Amino acid sequence: MNAGDSIPELRVTPDRYLPHRYAGASGDFNPIHIDREFATQVGLPGNILHGLYGMALVARAATAAGGGDPRSLRRLAVQFRGMGVPEQEIAVTGTVAEADGERAVLETVAEQGGKQIIRNAVAELGPLRHN
Amino acid sequence: MAIDAGAKGKRYPAFSYEVGSEKIREYARAIGEESPLCDDREAARAAGLRDVMAPPMFAVVYSAGAMAPAILDPEVGINFALMVHGGQEFVWGEPVCAGDTIETVAECKDIYEKDGKGFYVFESVSTNQDGQEVVRGTWTNIVRGV
Repeated sequence: MNAGDSIPELRVTPDRYLPHRYAGASGDFNPIHIDREFATQVGLPGNILHGLYGMALVARAATAAGGGDPRSLRRLAVQFRGMGVPEQEIAVTGTVAEADGERAVLETVAEQGGKQIIRNAVAELGPLRHN
Repeated sequence: MAIDAGAKGKRYPAFSYEVGSEKIREYARAIGEESPLCDDREAARAAGLRDVMAPPMFAVVYSAGAMAPAILDPEVGINFALMVHGGQEFVWGEPVCAGDTIETVAECKDIYEKDGKGFYVFESVSTNQDGQEVVRGTWTNIVRGV
């Protein structure tokens, strides 16, 4: 991994019921994520993805870029922008900002339908282990 | 109306969470985690872990019980109708594995106003049963039109 390299893209299309499974797994049952009717009543296009689910996809993409060992992710800072929706592909892309063989800093974004849903995501990896 | 920063510095009671292997697997499946370390006990042990490892972002699961009373605190005074989760940072330490007991303490670190928006910043510090820090989280919530 060298500074300036692109990291392998992660592409995921969350299915219709992903927000329900993520709600159960995370414990966040806010109705804007699992109840279409409620979500549209408060002005949303439909039930929306959990922002922290998107952050988990960024974490996966960063970890995969570093060789796949979840222990290599040391820090991840993100900004949430816009909102993600189920049944539409999300792409996590990024570049290596710094790398010295032992550790690396990645700058990534998550986009859906041409809009960034997570931006300024900075991941620090190290020590890099392959697993 | 000026924002009330009176709750800045307020700390909340510790919340304790027992990490189970099936909860790790349920969370790992939901986010599409593919590492065998988060699913296969033998693979985890072969890699030097005590048991299956929680994916890093599992931090939200064991921190939630500590964060909710802080974010919902009337003294902090967040207007939830106008709130968005603006930013999130985690700094990880020791890995979290099934069988661990994780204790998390939350603190209201900062409340300020910028460009007509209210920023409410919380910090969580999570430690395991051996007193080792496993994660430090910074949670930024933004309220429009304060």
